[in-house]
Amino acid sequence: MEKYEGRDPAPADVGASERPRYDDPWYDALASGWGETDGTGSPAPVVPPARQERTGDAAEVYLEVRRSEAFQEVRSRYRRFVIPGLALSLTWYVGYVVTAQTAPGLMARPVAGAVNVAMVAGIGQFLTTFLFTWAYARHARLRRDRAALDLRWNTQELTRGLRGGAR
Amino acid sequence: MTGHHQALALLLFGVFVVITLAITTWVSRDRHGSAEEFYAGGRLFSPMENGFAIAGDYTSAASLLGVTGLIALFGYDGLLYVVGFLVAWLVVLFCVAELVRNCGRFTLADVVVARMRERPVRIAAGTSSVTVSVLYLVAQMVGAGSLVALLLGDTSEAARAWTVIGVGALMVIYVSLGGMRATTWIQIVKAVLLLGGTIALTVLVLLRFHGNIDALLRTAAERSGHGQAFLAPGLKYGGGWASRVDFISLGLALVLGTAGLPHILSRFYTVPTARAARRSVVWSVGLIGGFYLMAIVLGFGAAAVLGPDAVRESNSAGNTAVPLLARNLGGGADSTGGTVLFAVVAAIAFATILAVVAGITLAASASVAHDLYPSLRRRRVAPRSEVAVARIAAVAVGVVAITLGLLARDLNAAFLVGLAFAVSASANLPVLMYSLFWRGFTTRGAVWAVYGGLVPALGLVLLSPVVSGSPDSLFPAVDFQYFPLENPGIVSVPLGFLAGWLGTVTSAEPPDEAKHAETEVRSLTGAGAV
Repeated sequence: MEKYEGRDPAPADVGASERPRYDDPWYDALASGWGETDGTGSPAPVVPPARQERTGDAAEVYLEVRRSEAFQEVRSRYRRFVIPGLALSLTWYVGYVVTAQTAPGLMARPVAGAVNVAMVAGIGQFLTTFLFTWAYARHARLRRDRAALDLRWNTQELTRGLRGGAR
Repeated sequence: MTGHHQALALLLFGVFVVITLAITTWVSRDRHGSAEEFYAGGRLFSPMENGFAIAGDYTSAASLLGVTGLIALFGYDGLLYVVGFLVAWLVVLFCVAELVRNCGRFTLADVVVARMRERPVRIAAGTSSVTVSVLYLVAQMVGAGSLVALLLGDTSEAARAWTVIGVGALMVIYVSLGGMRATTWIQIVKAVLLLGGTIALTVLVLLRFHGNIDALLRTAAERSGHGQAFLAPGLKYGGGWASRVDFISLGLALVLGTAGLPHILSRFYTVPTARAARRSVVWSVGLIGGFYLMAIVLGFGAAAVLGPDAVRESNSAGNTAVPLLARNLGGGADSTGGTVLFAVVAAIAFATILAVVAGITLAASASVAHDLYPSLRRRRVAPRSEVAVARIAAVAVGVVAITLGLLARDLNAAFLVGLAFAVSASANLPVLMYSLFWRGFTTRGAVWAVYGGLVPALGLVLLSPVVSGSPDSLFPAVDFQYFPLENPGIVSVPLGFLAGWLGTVTSAEPPDEAKHAETEVRSLTGAGAV
């Protein structure tokens, strides 16, 4: 799994500090909630300057945004976490269920006191689920949220007033 | 069970009903009647509120009573069953919650139709969503009917029937008058009650064994009569190969089905952003995981304190293990403490059923009014009348659920829940995953994915031992059993994915590249999300 914090490999957003903060009622402020850091992990990559293309329809905008480096970065960060994470957790779960059904002898082997391999594996499933949940939430918060929010507003800016665009 | 128990349990349950009805009137006092308000509660719930509501929606009476009973009777195999319900949330968290919140409005079909021709996809996705909801609803209704017989000691057919009708009537009132806002608050109240009750009982069990888990497990194993085998898999699902494969099939359905349950998906639309949807799932994983861990302690506690024979004597499926345990922990059958705890647990179990059925009814009515009705009618309905349709749909779904609940009262509730998960995993999950992640997916692929999972799932159940060919079947006299498993998941889920792929590669129309770009950008960034 990749490291969570640290500088962003993508081109740094030069205008990040000057850009006015979006006053967005839909976006719950980063400080609300428990165990929240201030999201200083990674600066967001910028969307390519497509602002002059005011003609055409929204479909063009979405294709353009998808081609942009900023979006590719957000998508690959998402996939780099979710695909291995899901593969690992589902393999672990299916392996657990199949082993319980095919090798009960192994599962019954005692570990300590009344606790056997099956107990350890079952409680282990709970713990890994909690762990994966925590890791995913942290990864998304530190590595994706910022960039995704910038992309969201830029895309909405581009599609405003266009055919088939956002309201 | 004495009349004392009954009176107190009914009183507590009555208080819950009064409180929830008060909530319903209070939240609907100045409703705007918009679809946004009715289906999504105005999308203004906080992640914590939504997390509690999800936990309240997901932990059914089957979990509280069924799972603990399973553990009390069969030990480890009950734990094995529970794990799937929690691990499923990783699929929801990783692939569904945020993306669905970003792309959809009210239902599963909203996500898919963004890329496809609207009408056939809405009809297909609406049909499968309603099917899943009705199956799940009937399971809860059947559970409610047996619960009243178990807990109140009144086993007459009339009492069961009136319970089913009463539960159905209440849920229709909550949903059609209060919409998502009332439903959510009922689920939150129920989640708090359920967790509070479970925590109290767990503490009492642990106190009984002086906090020594090892002693608890040891005593449970000794009293079970199975010795160490009680703490290892195999007592319930370890029969022939069919029973083992059946359990693997069930496990698969549980893990993949949660991500396609309509009433779970609709919960993500009640928060403002994808980020809030993610944080609600984090909350709910914590709450649901904590609840199941305590349920495991209660199950082994029931085996250790009461012994499986006492549990089995009261109900052969073990469904009364927790109420009996509560009575024992409170000081026994004749003590005030025992009476109070028993009544509290019984009332919580009823509250649980009400909260769960309200959530499912709302999701089903949304599928009918938002997907099926506009697609099957020629004239488009205006937004205001869509809510009116949804209210009528809630009543209709209630009537169907009550009728089927009365007809299916002898079916095993746990089997029906497993079936609902299997249909959800076979018909809803493939189309959702393909629309979110596959660039080449087409309208025909979407329609085939839904029907290609739905039809085999239901068909295989018809050919399974549940319906015919064994003494416990619905029709024991006839034999058209050609499929050995009770749960079709292991066959029908791959078939759903296969059908979606096949429909896509054989379709004449090319995939719409721009629409896919739109779905991809919107799902990951939230651009244009409502």
